[in-house]
Amino acid sequence: MSKKSAIWIMRDLQRCSGCRLCEIACSLYHEGKIWPEASRIRVFKLVPGLEFPHFCTQCHDYPCVNACPVNALSVNEATGAVIVDKEKCTACGKCIDACPGRIPHLHPNGKYILICDLCDGDPQCVKICQRAKYNVLWIVPRSGVEKQCRLYARTPEEITEELAENIYGKFKEVYK
Amino acid sequence: MKSRGYNGKFLEVDLSREKIKVLDLEEELLEHYVGGRGVAVKFLWDRLGAEWEKVDPLGPENLLVIAAGPLTGYYPGGRICISGKSPQSNGIIGSTVGGEFGVDLRCAGYDGIIISGASKDPVYLFIKDEDVEIRDASHLWGLDGKKTLVRLTKECRDELKRRYPRFGEWKDPSILYIGPAGENLTRVAVVMEKWTHAAGYGGYGAVMGSKMLKAIVAKGSGPLPDVYDPVKTFSLINRVYDLCIARDGMRRWGTGSAGYSVGYSLSSEPIRNWQEEWHDEKSFGVDRFERKVWVKRYWGDYGCPTTCLKIAVVKTGPYAGAITDNPDYELQAYLGTNLGIFTPEGNVYVSSVIDDLGICGINGGNVLGFAGELYQRGILTKDDLDGLELKWGDPKAFAKLAEMIAYRKGIGDILAEGTFRAALKLGEMKGRDLMPYVVQVKGTGVGAHGIRSKMDYPTPIAYACSVQGGDHTSVARLPIHSSGSELIRIMCDSAVICIFNFYPDPSLIWKFYEAVTGYHQTAEKWANGDGLRILQIQRAVLLLGGPDFTWDPRIHDDNPLRFYEPLPSGPYKGQAADRKEVEDLKRQYYEAVGWDENGIPKSEVLRKLGLESVDKALEKVRERYK
Repeated sequence: MSKKSAIWIMRDLQRCSGCRLCEIACSLYHEGKIWPEASRIRVFKLVPGLEFPHFCTQCHDYPCVNACPVNALSVNEATGAVIVDKEKCTACGKCIDACPGRIPHLHPNGKYILICDLCDGDPQCVKICQRAKYNVLWIVPRSGVEKQCRLYARTPEEITEELAENIYGKFKEVYK
Repeated sequence: MKSRGYNGKFLEVDLSREKIKVLDLEEELLEHYVGGRGVAVKFLWDRLGAEWEKVDPLGPENLLVIAAGPLTGYYPGGRICISGKSPQSNGIIGSTVGGEFGVDLRCAGYDGIIISGASKDPVYLFIKDEDVEIRDASHLWGLDGKKTLVRLTKECRDELKRRYPRFGEWKDPSILYIGPAGENLTRVAVVMEKWTHAAGYGGYGAVMGSKMLKAIVAKGSGPLPDVYDPVKTFSLINRVYDLCIARDGMRRWGTGSAGYSVGYSLSSEPIRNWQEEWHDEKSFGVDRFERKVWVKRYWGDYGCPTTCLKIAVVKTGPYAGAITDNPDYELQAYLGTNLGIFTPEGNVYVSSVIDDLGICGINGGNVLGFAGELYQRGILTKDDLDGLELKWGDPKAFAKLAEMIAYRKGIGDILAEGTFRAALKLGEMKGRDLMPYVVQVKGTGVGAHGIRSKMDYPTPIAYACSVQGGDHTSVARLPIHSSGSELIRIMCDSAVICIFNFYPDPSLIWKFYEAVTGYHQTAEKWANGDGLRILQIQRAVLLLGGPDFTWDPRIHDDNPLRFYEPLPSGPYKGQAADRKEVEDLKRQYYEAVGWDENGIPKSEVLRKLGLESVDKALEKVRERYK
């Protein structure tokens, strides 16, 4: 197996069509089923027209990994992804609170936390987004963007508010 | 044995008694009626058939059926079907709407919901997996569509976060809702999802309103139900992806290019209440929409690789602040050209107002156009309209009239009954026959595809013989197993898939259906068996009708009178529907679907399909036309 180099999924949230092909690809790969709430990448739609995919940004200092009290989270050196040890995880939620974007969430089975594992270097969400020519997600080398990754770790409310500014402009207040 | 591809469960909600229970579905029902429209038709017949004529569509005795199908969530592009006794046709219309609701409902463990009775006070239904509650909606009653949706989304999501604090961030639940038009029981009211997504035909927004049901919220945390053959299912999903992704024009423009092209090249677009069907207004070209108002070029529903919708915002000028999706062709036509409006801004504005009011773009645009023509001809005056000057091409005037309809103010109270019923009432008031200006079939406004030029897809009997009247997505066509026929559309609405993702290869639906459920069907088998059974029940209830009106097939299996007037302009100038051709095609169609010379399903055909109760109920209809 060739040595992988760390990657990052570049994201252009404003282009998101809300189609959820990424969610479907993710849950099929990880769960073998179409399972929206068990997908590691989740498309939020707090306001229609402002859909966006919400998933791990791999912050350079990995606050979630540091916050885990039972060492259930680790970093895959090759890909840069956060890996969840399902056996060790107690679903305490400390990683959610540590994440600046509150991105990790509980598997619907209630047993462990879900965090994007970059599909071991070959992210399924990016493949389908590219195949469908939406170009919201694409892969870049992690070196060079490393210190900016965490800028994208924002809560769904924050992202919605900012996209509203851009897409609906001064009319965003009308429908609150 | 549990049927594959289904949860095998419906929620049953009695709003009068505030009772909620779970109904287990029998395998036989699913095998023969599939889901969506088919299952809704079966429930409605079994529960209301015996006294169909007496059921008031807006009374507590009516049922609202919300049904997903086995392909909801699997076939790319999520939809769900809404049904009940229609306040427009007095029959049953299967009205589908795109979005995520069907998927959320299926992930919550149900294939559908049957709502009976009526609440005394405004309520909404909240569904989170097995937790189902009827809740107070007095704070939402009276709110426009967009406000209802945004507030309820926030409220329910905040609550999920409070209730399940360890889960992390909850995604928004999916919501079906009504606007003021539904609350005020207008027969042109829709059930809505997201922005502008509407189950339009049928008038089911008024049925929700009559039950004081403002919204239904669903959040499912499970997976979609297991399928019969996962390998085949997922390879078929990929096949549909490839076919849809290859259609660049459809993806880029959606149907938004048709506001110009259907008029210009097909001569079949409603203009000023169908007085014309041809135009060359380049101001209405899709390029103008793209450059001026589309802020999101690809917008779609669950699992859709086409995303034919777009977000449109008007940012400057008199219509600033208008937000809608697309508008798609039907709304470009009915809230654009049909009102003499040929600018993207004006069209987006009227669409945005219509969304907020919860009025159907098609049936609302149809009645607005009807009023516009009456004003043009001096039949309706400024005085009749509370001082409103209803001039073609004035978006503010038509938006104002739409508001009067939604709130039943002034003449809006009459127009809220839909074009057909309004024409009867206004005709009586004015002492003249207004039917020449009514472009509808059996209570439902005709979709924005005319038949006179013969360039568009609807045949001369497309609407006249449809069991859904003017519904352009469910038209009569021969042969009955062809992909554009009503029988096959019954399959699309029962499996519940989007017809835009069905077109690229209509044969895939049968393969898909078999991979998901294990049941074998072909177009021919369906059109002569299970599909035909659903069609016959729909035809029967349409003929039974009541309580306010009963269709006479000898008169009402026909086109709007306007379609017999020659086209006044364009390359097909002079062309009109031909009475003899319509009659000939009608006979052929009756024969093909097993209806007698009066258009009533034949006894032997019904009995062969196992529809003895339908046959018995139709005896009095046969007697009527002896």
